[in-house]
Amino acid sequence: MVDVSPSTLSGPQGPKPRKVISRRNIFLYGTLFVVAIYYALPLYVMIITSLKGMPEIRLGNVFSPPVEVTFAPWVKAWSEACTGLTCDGLSTGFWNSVKITVPSVFMSIAIASVNGYALANWKFKGADVFFTILIFGAFIPYQVMLYPIVIMLREMGIYGSLGGLVIVHTIFGMPILTLLFRNYFTSLPEELFKAARVDGAGFWGIYFRIMLPMSVPIFTVAVILQVTGIWNDFLFGVVYARPETYPMTVALNNIVNSTQGVKEYNVNMAATIITGLVPLTIYFVSGKLFVRGIAAGAVKG
Amino acid sequence: MSNGRPSQLFRNKSAKIAAIPMIVTALFVFVGGTAWTVVYSFTKSGLLPRLKWVGLDQYERLWSTNRWLVSIENLIIYGLCMLVLVFVIGFILAALIDQKIRFENTVRTIILYPYALSFVVTGLVWQWILNPDFGIQSIVQGLGWESFAFDPLYNADIAIFGVLIAGLWQGSGLVMVLMLAGLRGVDQEVWKAARIDGIPAWKTYIFIVIPMMRPVFITTLVLVVTGIVKIYDLIVAQTGGGPGVSTEVPAKYVYDMMFRANNLGQGFAASTMMLLTVALVVIPWAILEFGGSKNRG
Repeated sequence: MVDVSPSTLSGPQGPKPRKVISRRNIFLYGTLFVVAIYYALPLYVMIITSLKGMPEIRLGNVFSPPVEVTFAPWVKAWSEACTGLTCDGLSTGFWNSVKITVPSVFMSIAIASVNGYALANWKFKGADVFFTILIFGAFIPYQVMLYPIVIMLREMGIYGSLGGLVIVHTIFGMPILTLLFRNYFTSLPEELFKAARVDGAGFWGIYFRIMLPMSVPIFTVAVILQVTGIWNDFLFGVVYARPETYPMTVALNNIVNSTQGVKEYNVNMAATIITGLVPLTIYFVSGKLFVRGIAAGAVKG
Repeated sequence: MSNGRPSQLFRNKSAKIAAIPMIVTALFVFVGGTAWTVVYSFTKSGLLPRLKWVGLDQYERLWSTNRWLVSIENLIIYGLCMLVLVFVIGFILAALIDQKIRFENTVRTIILYPYALSFVVTGLVWQWILNPDFGIQSIVQGLGWESFAFDPLYNADIAIFGVLIAGLWQGSGLVMVLMLAGLRGVDQEVWKAARIDGIPAWKTYIFIVIPMMRPVFITTLVLVVTGIVKIYDLIVAQTGGGPGVSTEVPAKYVYDMMFRANNLGQGFAASTMMLLTVALVVIPWAILEFGGSKNRG
């Protein structure tokens, strides 16, 4: 053991504090425990239901754990479940969602970050007017702009295509992302920007060589925000896509709420959890960054 | 600033080019699109938009349509309950978590995860849990309480509360996180001072801490209200508007009129009403927040 005599310690002294099992703590932890169970329960229900066979579901209730674990519902949900007309499960929707999400996230962040950078460091006359409109635009219910955008996309010949959806997501991601990046770039020390200007760097030079490398955290936050947001979108998918380009959320809804045939609750829950898997994984992996994303989006708005 | 140089427009050219997407979005989509919809809400558009003026006809028809009235009623019931409960639950949870507890991260993670899920997923899970044959009702009945009835999704009178349960489960984590951020922003000296003066904790919260958190409350309020007005996917997934029209909401009315019933004019009028509702909340907030001093954008 290391030789440490009490006299050399300078920290707090005295007897070790008792562990308090006070009434306050029982109440506090008891409440939080019950709350946590309540919030976790639906996830538990989703998982166990998706692992049961149909006969077992008919005998039991939603909370009873599976006696015999089966992955057949997952397989069926992925590749065979029917959405009204076709029976190829969620897989098509999943790949559509990937094809929508990846370019949308990339494009919305690329445009918004450059835009936020221009607003923070290269302000021009009138920039604030457009920015204010943009921020107010974030509050306009999407329903108001649904049809004009249908017309615009139709005129451009991309109504119903994945490209059209990417544009829509880029447009509606712009207010929050621009705000996020503008605030972040404004918070960076101005001397950096000035020094680069003195050294002769221009708009794009400073963006790519100085701003971009310094902004990895905010880009991560933006990616998390956009991936979950776009993956979870339903309204734009149902309005601007065709059945063959429907994203996963729309496909899921069509599978579960299709009125034909016997309801297969286990397949439905397997489909539901598969759809939720992407944002859930991002959420559990990213942890604090996810919280930062919504806090940045909300509190600074 | 103007010093008579001819190239005023081309100064700072890259920044202007970079801002083109923003300018186009702001002018053509947000302002232009909104104006377009409002203008066409005064026309007799059916399958296709056309400029045949009918004055306020669409609005008169809207307000005499039973389904729209039910939608508005639902929005008010859902909205008020959601607003009150999400704030009460969110704040209490935040206050509990703020007691320097152990496992804080675990608790927070569990309460917030529903917010990462889509409304479609949320609606479908709760549709299943509230299923009268296998869900909560059957479990309570199985415990011996045979006459227990809790089937919000099949009983038109309480169906909207079934949606409310799901909405609260999904959204209260967000309010909790924002409130927690607000609580953490309050100076700890306040708590010390209150304790020295012998003020009980609940009084400190209500009379000192909450007033200090006004900015967080207001932004959360704006967020929650705009979210409530937009509610759509949750309804579509969980109830499909039923049973009957008992859980219809304005956003669904708009979609169904525009893309199912080929009745664009009704859709435009209904969406204009939604815009008005949001404006009633956002404009006073904007005046309060940014009206007095122009110190931030």
